[in-house]
Amino acid sequence: MKRTPFFDKHVALGAKIVEFGGYEMPVQYPSGIIAEHKIVREGGVGVFDVSHMGEFDITGPDAQKFLQYISVNDVAALTPGKAQYSAMPLSSGGIIDDLLIYMLAPDHYMAVVNAGTQPKDWAHFTTQAANYNVTLRNDSDATALLAIQGAKSLQTMQKLTDVKLAEIPYYSFAQGKIAGVDAIISRTGYTGETGIEIYFTSEPAIASKVWDAIFEAGKEFGIAPIGLGARDTLRLEMGYCLYGNDIDETTNPLEAGLGWITKLNKATPCIAADALKNQKEIGIKRKLCGFIIEEKGAIARHGHLIIDSSGAKIGEVTSGNISPMTGKAIGLGYVPVALSTEGTEITIETRPGKRVIGKIVKPPFVAPHTK
Amino acid sequence: MNFPENLTYTKEHEWLRVEGNTAILGITDFAQGELGDVIYLDIPTGKVAKAGESIGSVEAVKTVSDIYTPVSGTVIEVNSGLNDAPETVNKDPYGAGWLVKIDMSNPAEAKSNTMGVAEYKALIGQ
Repeated sequence: MKRTPFFDKHVALGAKIVEFGGYEMPVQYPSGIIAEHKIVREGGVGVFDVSHMGEFDITGPDAQKFLQYISVNDVAALTPGKAQYSAMPLSSGGIIDDLLIYMLAPDHYMAVVNAGTQPKDWAHFTTQAANYNVTLRNDSDATALLAIQGAKSLQTMQKLTDVKLAEIPYYSFAQGKIAGVDAIISRTGYTGETGIEIYFTSEPAIASKVWDAIFEAGKEFGIAPIGLGARDTLRLEMGYCLYGNDIDETTNPLEAGLGWITKLNKATPCIAADALKNQKEIGIKRKLCGFIIEEKGAIARHGHLIIDSSGAKIGEVTSGNISPMTGKAIGLGYVPVALSTEGTEITIETRPGKRVIGKIVKPPFVAPHTK
Repeated sequence: MNFPENLTYTKEHEWLRVEGNTAILGITDFAQGELGDVIYLDIPTGKVAKAGESIGSVEAVKTVSDIYTPVSGTVIEVNSGLNDAPETVNKDPYGAGWLVKIDMSNPAEAKSNTMGVAEYKALIGQ
């Protein structure tokens, strides 16, 4: 099992360590998931070690054309310094992974992929690149990634850099120094709060120095490390998809509510253009929707069935938990399109024989503060 | 981690305290740490169970865990203080965070189906 350069920090902080995506990662620290969640949501600042994510470097005269082919969003819409959320589809339309694409310079991009899918993503990248004049480099092991999120994130990080962080728009980035270390400084995140993500070397001594500098800078704001548990509850309150839970190779971006990143008429079509156009024409049959459960204590979880009045399966919960901010159970799940309109009631079987009513709502479940 | 001497323990990580014919049951410090933030207790009052059976569940942010009774009997009280403050299970698992009171139909089980502190600590590698 792999470790990030911050593994020893997590252990020293008393983290509970779990396996995630082939890495030993902190799921929570001693204060617990709800306390960590609230630090990020209620005006503080939290630090997430997400160095397990994969980074691929793409250069060459065909870089844009290549990325257009393998991803659903329109890479031509990017300019240097901009990042884009996208998905990488199979030719059938199923999702190999969701990813971020950064345009570093003309003919030079960085793709950021999930940890557990990184090996298959890399295989797909290298296979598809055969027809293009591009050079690929897998920087996943060489790259550390920290997400600093929450209302005090910019103030914290501003102490460590000359780059004017407040001037970087959401989903844009700058290349500069953080605590004297070269970094990509990105106004992105997975929490719905103001935040920064920084990519820099995973060389242990340097990575450790950056970590320490961030915690020193954030001391006056009560900066805290945040584990994967709160990362999950934070993203769920925003309705953000988690690969492997809400989207995978059996779901397509149109069903998953990712039509907004699926540009079927872009100049250079993607590998799944025909399949997805066809799907759009005949119409999707199911849709990933948000729901809330009013009944106290009834929490729907990944894999719970959505059933009709006869008890037959008509859909499935893909993510579910309590919303630490509202105290209500919330979730995402695939339901037949006829049941996908806001306010529709669905029945969820949370255990054999136990049925609860969920109401379809449009995420986010809590107001975001990303701008 | 703390494991009071005056309680007995189960391999499912519950603790038991006997007062007359009543058994008071909760989860151990180890169990609350493993579960993480407790958000809901789902055990019905009046539940009748045999020793070793599930009487309900404790729901935490990350997971849901069944609660097993080591003694046969009837759940006569569920800790109502947990309705508005389920986190008490995490903060004070042996005190205000107790879960249920069970009217035992065979009080001898309280001894025969639980273990002492030393044995429980060995079980969890403490």
